[in-house]
Amino acid sequence: MSVEITGAEITVRCLQEEGVNCIFGYPGGAVLFLYDELFKQDKVRHILVRHEQAAVHAADGYARSSNKVGVALVTSGPGLTNAVTGIATAYMDSIPMVIISGQVPTGAIGLDAFQEVDTVGITRPCVKHNFLVKHVTELADTIKKAFYIASTGRPGPVLVDIPKDITQHKTEFVYPDKVTMRSYNPVVKGHVRQIKKAAELILSAKRPVIYAGGGVILSDAAAQLTELTQWLNFPCTNTLMGLGGYPATDRQSMGMLGMHGTYEANMAMQYCDVLIAVGARFDDRVIGNPKHFSNENRKIIHIDIDPSSISKRVKVDVPIVGNVPDVLKELISLLKAGKKKSDQGALKDWWEQIEVWRARDCLKYDRESKIIKPQMVVEQLYKVTKGNAFVTSDVGQHQMWAAQFYKFDKPRRWVNSGGLGTMGFGLPAAMGVQFANPKDKVACITGEASIQMCIQELSTCKQYNLPLKIINLNNRYMGMVRQWQEFFHGNRYAESYMNALPDFVRLAESYGHVGMKIEKPEDVEGALKEAFRLKDQLVFMDFITDQTENVFPMVPGGKGLSEMILV
Amino acid sequence: MENEAGALSRVAGLFSARGYNIESLSVAPTEDPTLSRMTLVTVGSDEVVEQVTKQLNKLIEVVKVIDLNDGNHTERELMLVKVRAVGQDREEIKRLVDIFRGCIIDVTDKSYTIELTGTSSKLDAFIDTIEKSSVLETVRTGASGIGRGEWVLKV
Repeated sequence: MSVEITGAEITVRCLQEEGVNCIFGYPGGAVLFLYDELFKQDKVRHILVRHEQAAVHAADGYARSSNKVGVALVTSGPGLTNAVTGIATAYMDSIPMVIISGQVPTGAIGLDAFQEVDTVGITRPCVKHNFLVKHVTELADTIKKAFYIASTGRPGPVLVDIPKDITQHKTEFVYPDKVTMRSYNPVVKGHVRQIKKAAELILSAKRPVIYAGGGVILSDAAAQLTELTQWLNFPCTNTLMGLGGYPATDRQSMGMLGMHGTYEANMAMQYCDVLIAVGARFDDRVIGNPKHFSNENRKIIHIDIDPSSISKRVKVDVPIVGNVPDVLKELISLLKAGKKKSDQGALKDWWEQIEVWRARDCLKYDRESKIIKPQMVVEQLYKVTKGNAFVTSDVGQHQMWAAQFYKFDKPRRWVNSGGLGTMGFGLPAAMGVQFANPKDKVACITGEASIQMCIQELSTCKQYNLPLKIINLNNRYMGMVRQWQEFFHGNRYAESYMNALPDFVRLAESYGHVGMKIEKPEDVEGALKEAFRLKDQLVFMDFITDQTENVFPMVPGGKGLSEMILV
Repeated sequence: MENEAGALSRVAGLFSARGYNIESLSVAPTEDPTLSRMTLVTVGSDEVVEQVTKQLNKLIEVVKVIDLNDGNHTERELMLVKVRAVGQDREEIKRLVDIFRGCIIDVTDKSYTIELTGTSSKLDAFIDTIEKSSVLETVRTGASGIGRGEWVLKV
């Protein structure tokens, strides 16, 4: 005789089957049966956050730093609406994630029940896919599909909405081995003829650039990208999402490109003759104005798993749809097997040109300043952590300085909200990173505006003893807003001054953490060293930085890549 | 596409979210009840249509997307029109309906209800031909299309 178990138990058993050992959530009426089942077992650990947005960001940080599917659990109604910012954040950056949300009982759906929202409707535009489970017999199959869809192809968040009565109903539990869907079959291998065309174009290049995005990180292709780049001796630039995909300390790295990218990367991008785009999507923050970008004649090879990313903003010449590491492997073996070599003479001239651009030293700042420069704090953090920390950030100036000055040599070490640009992401994401990497150093670079958007999570950090190091670059302004107001709105700083700031040291202490306030440049290094010596404690470091500092270089909105404002 | 609740709203939502245009949309289950077939008419440059196709293909419940304009195809739309029909207009309208190969499917002493099938432009032409003031009500299904010849869309 078959044993029947409840939908709640089935859900938890599915998570166990998927090898999930850590989920982030917040209980409520619609998910009480699920929480009851979580209580009865110890394979899946539940982390209680203080706000549902943080649950999703934490699951997101967990996923980004580990390449496992992040899992969040929230209740119906406000639980879900609070989670939406987190879901949209993960969607814009293609992060594999499964969100389980409670729903009012089936019979109450559509009757404006207490804590009812149309979850599937609200989340539809910001998930890869979503499901409303209508019968307990569909539950296991649906969860299996959710994990499969979230983690294959171009990854993304998948939501499973489970009405409360479904978690009470019983059926036999069978977890399917695999999923077959006639309407979803992501490609893996690239088209051989296209790869051949790409190889020919690569070898004909005189001024090549490799432009690598977040797809390299998501698909674990850093090794292949590095091999290709070094074998070809081509210059490589990484997007904000792609940092760590190619070692930043290597000679061939030109650093980040885009709105706040380096002079050499942006100039090379604009004036190259062959562009090899790998897991990148020609975002507006990366290439600026597409018309200006297209003014220069260049051939573009574009490798991406998502056909809709290809020729979306910029027309490309050799599209290759496929999983990045698979395509790169093919490409490398094809290039190595061939007799033809790239034009070494032309490449030498190109490198000389790049070195001229590099010598412009576009990231220079006043190192003698008597006020703490934010860039210097990030540089010191890099030094103190020997470049080995996981770094999360919020959104704004501090995010750009972190991206510019912390040299990521390894993938998955840099965790930030690139697409959606979600302030409040940094702290909860750092929690997820720490759970996925309990032995590693985790720093959250933030600002006094961003950190206050999810500051309540200091409580979660205390409950689970997460020894995060919070680097608060406190300039008493929403820095990036202030910078735009200075440049484009006649110095009218409308509502960008952060008035009535809390005493962050006492705030941290009231949550049971260590707080530090650092006001002099000469104290920065010592304070950071001291903070990392406190291995078991969260340290909130409030750095009082220069209010007038701006992020350079800058490509103003709507301008072209070579139209940078430089220091 | 999969004949599932919510599939239609994903398509409609995609068009509004990305700023694409829906001229008309018609959908119903096929001979295989697990599948629905939708004919969607949109306007845009080649680049936009290419993006629309790619984005539609990305929807999990969409099984296959074809652009009927890539080959020869035939399309039909159904329209029901209620017109004022009194006095000598009754004969004139009847004649017009015959010319357009439509039929009158409901009659009162003051009105006709006309059924007309054809390409969307033929239906437009009929409306233009009939005197504007006599049209009381129209309802149209949007175009349904199918490829010409023996080629079939298989899943």
